[in-house]
Amino acid sequence: MTVSVEPMSVEVSDGKPSAALRPHAEDAFAGELAALAAQDDRPRPERWKLSPWAVATYLLGGTLPDGTVISPKYVGPRRLVEVAVTTLATDRALLLLGVPGTAKTWVSEHLAAAVSGDSTLLVQGTAGTPEEAIRYGWNYAQLLARGPSRDALVPSPVMRAMADGMTARVEELTRIPADVQDSLITILSEKTLPIPELGQEVQAVRGFNLIATANDRDRGVNDLSSALRRRFNTVVLPLPESVEAEVDIVSRRVDQIGRSLDLPTAPDGVDEIRRVVTVFRELRGGVTSDGRTKLKSPSGTLSTAEAISVVTNGLALAAHFGDGVLRAGDVAAGILGAVVRDPAADRVIWQEYLEAVVRERDGWKDFYRACREVSA
Amino acid sequence: MAGTEESGSGWPVAGPLLLGVRHHGPGSARAVRAALDAARPRVVLIEGPPEADVLIPLAADEDMRPPVALLAHAVDEPGRSAFWPLAEFSPEWVAIRWALEHDVPARFIDLPATHSLAWGRDGDDVGADPGSVGGGGDGGDDVTGDDEAVAGDGEAVVGADVRVDPLGVLAEAAGYDDPERWWEDVVEHRGVGAGDAFVPFVVLEEAMGALREEYGSGGQDRDLVREAYMRLQLRVAQREFGDGVAVVCGAWHVPALRRKTAVTADRALLKGLPKVKADMTWVPWTYRRLSRHSGYGAGIESPGWYGHLFGVPDRPVERWLTKVAGLLRGEDRLVSSAHVIEAVRLAETLAAMRGRPLPGLSETTDAVRAVMCEGSDVPLTLVHDRLVVGDVLGEVPQSAPAVPLQRDLDRTQRRLRLKPEALERELELDLRKDTDAERGRLLHRLRLLGVGWGEPVASRGSTGTFRETWRLRWEPELSVRVAEAGVWGTTVLGAATAKAEADAVSAQGLADVTALAERCLLAELPQALPVVMQVLADRAALDADVGHLAQALPALVRSLRYGDVRGTDTGALTEVAAGLAERIFVGLPPACAALDADAAQDMRRHVDAVHGAVGLLGEAVVADRRAGSGAAVSGERGRGEAAGAVHGVPGDGGGGVVPAGPHGDLRERWCGVLRVLCGRDTVPGVVRGRAVRLLLDEGELEQEEAARFMGLALSPGTPPGDAAAWIEGFVGGGSGGGMLLVHDERLLGLVDAWLTGVPADAFTDVLPLLRRTFSAYEPGVRRTLGELVRRGPGQRGSGAAAGGGIPGFGADLDGERADAVLPVVRLLLGLDGETAPGDDNDLVGVA
Repeated sequence: MTVSVEPMSVEVSDGKPSAALRPHAEDAFAGELAALAAQDDRPRPERWKLSPWAVATYLLGGTLPDGTVISPKYVGPRRLVEVAVTTLATDRALLLLGVPGTAKTWVSEHLAAAVSGDSTLLVQGTAGTPEEAIRYGWNYAQLLARGPSRDALVPSPVMRAMADGMTARVEELTRIPADVQDSLITILSEKTLPIPELGQEVQAVRGFNLIATANDRDRGVNDLSSALRRRFNTVVLPLPESVEAEVDIVSRRVDQIGRSLDLPTAPDGVDEIRRVVTVFRELRGGVTSDGRTKLKSPSGTLSTAEAISVVTNGLALAAHFGDGVLRAGDVAAGILGAVVRDPAADRVIWQEYLEAVVRERDGWKDFYRACREVSA
Repeated sequence: MAGTEESGSGWPVAGPLLLGVRHHGPGSARAVRAALDAARPRVVLIEGPPEADVLIPLAADEDMRPPVALLAHAVDEPGRSAFWPLAEFSPEWVAIRWALEHDVPARFIDLPATHSLAWGRDGDDVGADPGSVGGGGDGGDDVTGDDEAVAGDGEAVVGADVRVDPLGVLAEAAGYDDPERWWEDVVEHRGVGAGDAFVPFVVLEEAMGALREEYGSGGQDRDLVREAYMRLQLRVAQREFGDGVAVVCGAWHVPALRRKTAVTADRALLKGLPKVKADMTWVPWTYRRLSRHSGYGAGIESPGWYGHLFGVPDRPVERWLTKVAGLLRGEDRLVSSAHVIEAVRLAETLAAMRGRPLPGLSETTDAVRAVMCEGSDVPLTLVHDRLVVGDVLGEVPQSAPAVPLQRDLDRTQRRLRLKPEALERELELDLRKDTDAERGRLLHRLRLLGVGWGEPVASRGSTGTFRETWRLRWEPELSVRVAEAGVWGTTVLGAATAKAEADAVSAQGLADVTALAERCLLAELPQALPVVMQVLADRAALDADVGHLAQALPALVRSLRYGDVRGTDTGALTEVAAGLAERIFVGLPPACAALDADAAQDMRRHVDAVHGAVGLLGEAVVADRRAGSGAAVSGERGRGEAAGAVHGVPGDGGGGVVPAGPHGDLRERWCGVLRVLCGRDTVPGVVRGRAVRLLLDEGELEQEEAARFMGLALSPGTPPGDAAAWIEGFVGGGSGGGMLLVHDERLLGLVDAWLTGVPADAFTDVLPLLRRTFSAYEPGVRRTLGELVRRGPGQRGSGAAAGGGIPGFGADLDGERADAVLPVVRLLLGLDGETAPGDDNDLVGVA
C-alpha cells in the first residue's frame, strides 16, 4: 500500500502556526522530528540528524518510549523504506521509481527532512533543466566586474549539499536531457565537483547524498545511461496494494478537489468510485479481482491519479448535466478515455474486457450498457 | 578412536545424545555433524521409517545424489504413499552419511510406515491432491517433525491447523514476528565455531522442554504414539550399545524422548495400530519439489539458498551475490563486480539495521533488487527460480528397489491383458467397450509420461471417434523411462496427472496447451484438467494474435467431442472454449484490416475453422445448459431474443446484443461478427465474401441481402482484383459454391455481368484468381454453369420471375419426381417392410 498521507490541514507543530500555503516537511513535522531526535540513542552517521532506525520510524510511524505518537508518512512495505534509508547511509545514491501518484516526491522530501533536516535542496527536472541547475552558475554582474572568483559563482542545490554534507534531491530525473543527467556521474562517483574556471573543486563532505525520483511508465523520456544508473540503488514504489486503500485515496482526493471546484457533494458515489477503481486495478494488473481470469493490459498507466480525475470529471457531469448522483454513465466516457490511449490495440483490449468480464458481473449491467454506449 | 571412553569425554549429558534439529536446516546439519564428530557415538538413531533400514547402505553408493526421498507405499495400493525427502543439507542425511563413513550402524526409529500408511486410510483422495499436502508444511512443521513425511492424504493439513506453532511461540518471546527468521538467526546462521558443539542442542532442548510442558503434545495425538515407539527403539539401542547412542530427530520430540516413562505404558499406546503391507525405496527428488510451492513439498522455501549455505566454506553472502551476478550476466544483464560489492554492502547494512547477525535471504534479495535489478522484480523472479529454489535433480542407484509406478503398471497390464512385448503389433480398440477404453487410456497416459509404448496410428477402415488404433512395441529402455517417471507419482494415473499439470505450466505456446488439453481428455485425467484449463485461459487472455486463438479453438471443440464419446465431464472445457470464442469475436474484425493476399487467405481459413467450431460449441453449450438445470428454457428464450436483436441492428460491432446468458448466444454473436466483416471495406475481399457466404448458409442472410452484398462487391467502383477475391471467398473452395451458382441464377447473373464488364487490361490480373475459384468445381458443375451462361440472361431472368419461391427453383413441386422418393423415405422411417430394389435407382435419378 502506498498511501501518501498528506496532512488534510496545515499541521501546527510546536504551537507555531505556519503562514505558508504548504510548509516544508521539516517545518510541518518539526515536533515529531524533535521528539525522535531527543530519544534516539542509536549511532547516527555523520551529519545525520537522526539514526537510520529513527528515520525509518519517522516515515512509517510508531509510538516512542515516552508515548509520543509519530504519524505514518508513508503507508507501504516496511522493506522498501528500510532499503531506502540504508542506501542513504551508504555512499550510493537513491533512485525512487514508480508510476505517477505513488508518493515518490513525498517520500523523498520526508527522507531529506529526516536525514538532513532540510528538504529544500531541490532540483526540479524538466526538459529544459540546464547544467547550471546541477553544477553551478555565474552571477554575471560580479563576473564582469571582478572576474571569475568564488563570489561570482552561484552554487546549485547539489553543490551546496555537497559542501554542507546534506541530502540533495533531484525530481523527475528522467526528464532532464541526457547530457545534463550525466553531469551527475562525477558528483556521485568521485564525490567532487570540479570548477575548471577557478582551478578549484568542491569536495563532498560526509553526510552528502542524493535522492532522485523518476517515472518509469512515461515514454519519450531520457533514459538513464548505464553509467549513471550504476551509481543508484533503485527502489520501486508500488501502486496501492488493495482496493480498499485505493478507494480510500480516490474518494479522499475527489472530495478535496470537489470542494475546491464547488461541486455539490454526490451521495452514494462510493459505489461508483469502487467500480472505477476496480476497473483500473484489473486492467492495470492484468487479472480480475477474483484472480481467476487474466486480462491484457492497455498502454495507459491507469494510475490512481487518473482514477481520481475520471471520478472528478464524472462528478462534474453529474452535477451540471445529470441528476446530481454519480452514475455509471457519468464515468463511462472518462474511463474509455483513460483506457483507450492507442486507438487500435487498446480498443480491442477494452472490448475484450467488457465482453469477458464486465458483461457477466452481477450488478454491473448498467455499467456495461453505459460503456457499450460510449465505445460503440 | 571410536569407543565408549572417548565418547564419554565429550558426552554433554547423562543418557543418550539427543540432537534436536529442524528438518532441512543447513545450520542444524552442520551442528549435527560437529556434534557427532565430537561425541563419536556407537550407533546413530534417526527419525524415519524403520522399514528403510535395509536401504541405508545405498546412501553411500556413488550413484546416489541428493536430493532423494525415501518412498513408502502400500504394496497393494501404490497410490497410498508417503515421502521423506532428504537433501544434502538435511541433518538426517548428514547423520546417515556420517554413520556410513565411520562404520557405525544407523537405524530409523520412527513409527513404521506399515502403521503410518494405514493411518492415512480414512482420508480418501490418496495422492490425488498433493498441493494441499505441501500447504501443510509451514514453518512449525519443520521443528515438530510431524510432516516431514509428507503423507499423501489430507491429514497433514488438518494437523497443521490444530497444532500450536512452537517456533512461533519462541520467536514471539524473542521479539520476532517471523518464526523462520528467528530460527535462522538463532540456529542456522551460527557458523559452527570454536564453541562447544553441544551447546545449541542443550539450549534448544531446554526451550522445547518448556514449550512441551505448556502445550503438551500440541493437539497431535499421533505424535504421542510415534514418540512412544521412538522411546522403545531408543531403549533397545541402549541395551545393545550402552550410552553411546545418538538420536537425530525433530527438536519438538527431544523432551518426549528424554522423559522417563514406563515401558508398559508405551507398549499400551502402540497396541492395536492399523497395518498395511508397506514397501520402501529411494526415489530421486528435486529442489523444486522440496520447496513448498509444489506438491509433496517439504516446507522449505529456499532449498537452493540452504544448499548454498551448507555447501560454501566461508563468506556465504559474498559467494551468493557472486553467483547471482553470474546468473544475471548469463542472461545478458549488465552486472559488474562493482554491483556485487555494492550489493554486499547494502545487504550487510540492512542486516545491521534490522538487527540481524548476518544478512539472510531477505536482505540479500533486497540488495539484489535495489542494486542489480534496478528495482525490477522480473530478473528477481529468475534469481528466485534458478538459485533460491534451484534446479538440482537427485539421482538414485540402479540397485534401488523398483518404484511403485512400475508395480502399478504391471498390475494394470495384467488386469487389461495387455502384455509388454518386444514384437511390434497393432491393436484396434473399440472405445465403447470398457476394457478397450481403459487400454486406450493407459496408453495415452503412458505417452504423456514419455513412455512411448504405443503410438497411435490412423485407423484403417472405420473413422469413427470411438475407434483407436495403436502400434505397440515394448523396448527395454522403456523400463528406465518408467523409473524416471516415478518422480511424478506412484500410480500411472497420479503420475500422468502431475506430469500433465507440470507440462501445462511450462508449455510455450497456446497451441501446445490446447494439444495438452486434448491429450488430457484422451487419457482421462480429470484432476489435471482444471490446471490445464486455467493455463489455457490465461494464455488465451494474453495472446494478442487472433490467428493463434482461431487455431486453438477447433482443437478445443474437437476435444469436447472426444470427451462426449468417453463420457468425460467437459463443463470446464466448454467454459474455456466459450471464453476463447468470445475473445475471437472481439478481436477478429480489427485483425482483418490491412491484410495482404496470403494473410487474407489465412484469415479466411481461420474464419472457416471458427465457424465450424462455433457451430459445434453452440450445441455443446446448450446441451450443458439443458443438463445443468431449468436454465435451459431461459437460455432458449434468450437465444430467440438475441437473434431478433441481431436482425434489428445489422453491422453492430462485436455482436452487439444485450447479454442473454453467459454463452448461450454464441451463434448469434458470431453471426454479428460475420455481419461486421461483410460490411467493412477494410476487410479483404476474400474474407468478406466468405462471411457473406457463411451467413447465407446459416439462413441469417436473405437471398436479396446476399445479392446486394455481391452487387456492392462487384460494382465498377471496386478494383477487379478485390472483386475476384470476393468471388473466391463467396463461392470458392470445395464447399458447394458451384451448386449455389447453378441454383441461384441471380447470383450467377451478377457474376456474369461483372465478368463481362471487367476491362481488358484488368482481366489478365483477375484470371488466375477466377481460375483458382472455378477449377475447384466438379466437372459436372462446371459444365452446367457453362451451359447456363451460354443460354443467356433472358431465360434465366424469366425463370426466376416465374418462381415465387426460392430463386432458381420451380414454383410448385414436381409431383411425379417427388413421389419417386417416397418408397425410400418409408423404408428409412420403417413404416413398412417392403423393399423395392428399383427405389434406389429412382433416387439417383432425382439427384
